Amino acid sequence: MITAENAAHFPRVSKSPEPPDVRLQGVTKRFEDVLAVDELTLEIPRGSFFALLGPSGCGKTTTLRMIGGFEDPSEGRILLGDHDVTGLPSYKRDVNTVFQSYALFPHLDVFENVAFGLKRRKVAKAEIAKRAREMLAIVGLEGMDRRKPRQLSGGQQQRVALARALVNHPRVLLLDEPLGALDLKLRKQMQLELKRIQHEVGITFVHVTHDQEEAMTMADSIAVMSRGRIEQLGGPTELYERPRTAFVAGFLGVSNLLGGTVTTSGAVRVDGTGEIRVDAPLPPAGTRVQVGVRPEKLRLDDSAANSVSGTVVERAYIGVATQYVVDTPAGRLTVFVQSSGTAAEGDAVRVSWDPESTFVLEEAS
Amino acid sequence: MTLGPGARWLLRVATALTLTFVYVPLVIIALYAFNESRIQAWPIEGLTLEWFGRALDNPGARDALWLSLRAALGATALALVLGTLASLAVARYRFFGRETISFLVILPIALPGIVTGMALNATFNTTGISLGLLTIVVGHATFCIVVVYNNAVARLRRTSQHLEEASADLGADAWQTFRHITFPQLRSALLAGALLAFALSFDEVIVTTFTAGPDQTLPIWILSNLSRPNQLPVVNVVAVVLILLSTIPVYVATRLSRDTGAVSPTAGAAQAAGAR
Ligand SMILES: Nc1ncnc2c1ncn2[C@@H]1O[C@H](COP(=O)(O)OP(=O)(O)OP(=O)(O)O)[C@@H](O)[C@H]1O
Ligand SMILES: [Mg+2]
Repeated sequence: MITAENAAHFPRVSKSPEPPDVRLQGVTKRFEDVLAVDELTLEIPRGSFFALLGPSGCGKTTTLRMIGGFEDPSEGRILLGDHDVTGLPSYKRDVNTVFQSYALFPHLDVFENVAFGLKRRKVAKAEIAKRAREMLAIVGLEGMDRRKPRQLSGGQQQRVALARALVNHPRVLLLDEPLGALDLKLRKQMQLELKRIQHEVGITFVHVTHDQEEAMTMADSIAVMSRGRIEQLGGPTELYERPRTAFVAGFLGVSNLLGGTVTTSGAVRVDGTGEIRVDAPLPPAGTRVQVGVRPEKLRLDDSAANSVSGTVVERAYIGVATQYVVDTPAGRLTVFVQSSGTAAEGDAVRVSWDPESTFVLEEAS
Repeated sequence: MTLGPGARWLLRVATALTLTFVYVPLVIIALYAFNESRIQAWPIEGLTLEWFGRALDNPGARDALWLSLRAALGATALALVLGTLASLAVARYRFFGRETISFLVILPIALPGIVTGMALNATFNTTGISLGLLTIVVGHATFCIVVVYNNAVARLRRTSQHLEEASADLGADAWQTFRHITFPQLRSALLAGALLAFALSFDEVIVTTFTAGPDQTLPIWILSNLSRPNQLPVVNVVAVVLILLSTIPVYVATRLSRDTGAVSPTAGAAQAAGAR
C-alpha cells in the first residue's frame, strides 16, 4: 500500500534512542481523593510501538490523557522530544489521539474528518486532498470519502479515526484501547494491521490496552501498570520469561510460583522439596523468594535439571495442549503438554524444567 | 397495560371532552373574526374579511404588533446568546456551584410572573431606567433564556465531550472547536429553543404589564380593547393573528426537538409559562 511517492511523507525513523519522543518525569495525577497516577517516570524511544498494559482502573487512560493534554498532571513534567509541554493545551501539542469511542465528527464525512487537522493548520487545499487520499489508502478506505461516520461499520470507523490522527504526521500517536469495540476476529486482524501501519509510517505509537495478548502481539516494549505505578517495563519476551513481580507474572499468563530460600551455593531451596538451580541473578543467601515457571516450560519426565515428584490430580484437553494439574510437596503445578501425553489421573509423575526457564520474584514481606 | 372496553370508552370520552373544552372557544373566536355582524351572537349571519382590513388599518393594533415582534426578536436573541453560554458552562466545565447555577437559570420559569414583573419594575424604577422596548426585552429574556438553555443542555449532555477533545487534539483552538464541532451539533436544538422563546415572548402578558410602561404589546392591546364593543371584531382578528404567531413556532419547535430528543424539558417549560 505504501508507494514510493507517499513514502516520502513518512521518512523511516531510525530506531536510534536520542531523544526519546515522550518523557514523563515524576508525573502524578490526583482526582480529589483518588490517586490515579503515582509518580510515573517513563521514556518512550523514537519510532517504537509502546504499550501501556494493566488492569482496569490502573491509570492507563489518565496517563495517556496527560500526554495528549486533556488532563494536567498534579505534579511532574511531560516532555515531547526536547520540548516541555506540561501545561500546554492539547491543540498546541504535536501528538494525536485515537479515542476508544473513535469520536468521529458525525456531521462531517470521512474525507472532512480526515482533513480536519490539516485544515486547522492551514495546509493548502490541494495538499490536503492529496494527503487525505493517501492516508485513506493506507488504512484501506479508498472510495469511502463521502460516507458519513454512521454509514460505516465499527472496523471502518476505527480506520477513519486512525487516518484522521495519522494524516497530521504527529510526533506521537496515542491510542486508547482502539480495538476494544471490535469483535474478536476483527480485533486480531486490526492488531496486525496497526502493526503494519506503524511500521509504514514510522511514528511512535503509545497503545493503551488491558489485553496482555494484544500488547504482546503488537508492542516492542510494554509498561505493565498497577495502581498508578509501573510494575515492570520491557520487551514482550522479557516480561513473559523474566517477570520481576508476582503481579506481572500473573497478569501475563498462567504461572507456577513456589516459595523458597536462597542458599549459599547460589541455588534456591524450595519449601517441601530439594534445591533447584536458577539461571538468573539471585538476591543474597537466606533471602525469601518465589521461583516461577510457565506451565508450557514444564515437562512430565525427568529430563531437565530441576525436578519434583508429584501426583496427577486433573487432566484436561484444552485445544492446543493438554493441561495437567500435579500435586507436589512444593505446591500445586499446572503443566501444559503439547502431545496428549500418557499420564492419567492418580499417576505418580516427575515434573522437570530447565534452570533457564525459571524466574525469581522477591517475596513481598 | 390492557384496558377493558368500559375503561377504553371512558378514556375516549374524556379525551374528546378535554379537546372540546380547549379548542371550541378558540374556534369560536376564529369564526367571530369572519363574522359579518358587529354583535357576537349565534348563529353567525355571514362571513366577511372586512375586519382583517380594519385591523390592518388600526394604528393601535399595528403598533402593538410591531412592538411585540421587536420584543420577541430581541428577547430571543438575548436568550440565544446567554442561554447558549450558560449551557456550555454547565455542561462542559466542572466548577464550584455548578448545580446551583443550573438551578438558578431554570428558576424564572417557575417563579410567578407577577413576582418577576414586580421585582423588575422595582429595579427599573429605582435605577431610573425608563420603561420601553428595552425593559420588555429584559423582562421576557428571564424566561426565554430557560427554554434555550434547556434545549442546549439536553443536546450537550447527549453529544460526547470526546468530540470536542478530538477537535482540540487535531489542532483546533476553543473558538474553532465551537464553530466547527459544537455549534453544528447544537444548531437544531438552538433553533427549537429560539422558536419556543419567540412564542413565549410573543403572547406574554403579566411580566409585560410591569415592564412595558405606556407602550402596548399585542396581548396587552387586546386586553385593553376587549371592553370596547366597537373594537370587538378587530380584537378577534388580532387574537387569531396572535394564536397563529405563537402556535406555529411551538409546532415547528416540537417537530425539531422530537427529532433530537429534547422534548420534555421544553414542553414542560412552555406549559409552565402558559405558552398555549
Ligand atoms: N475525571 C475523573 N475524576 C475522578 N476520578 C477519575 C477520573 N478519571 C479517572 N479517575 C480515577 O482514576 C483511576 C484511573 O483511571 P483510568 O481511567 O486512568 O484507568 P484505566 O487504567 O484507563 O482503566 P480502564 O482499563 O478501565 O479504562 C480510577 O480509579 C478512576 O476511577
Ligand atoms: Mg481507560
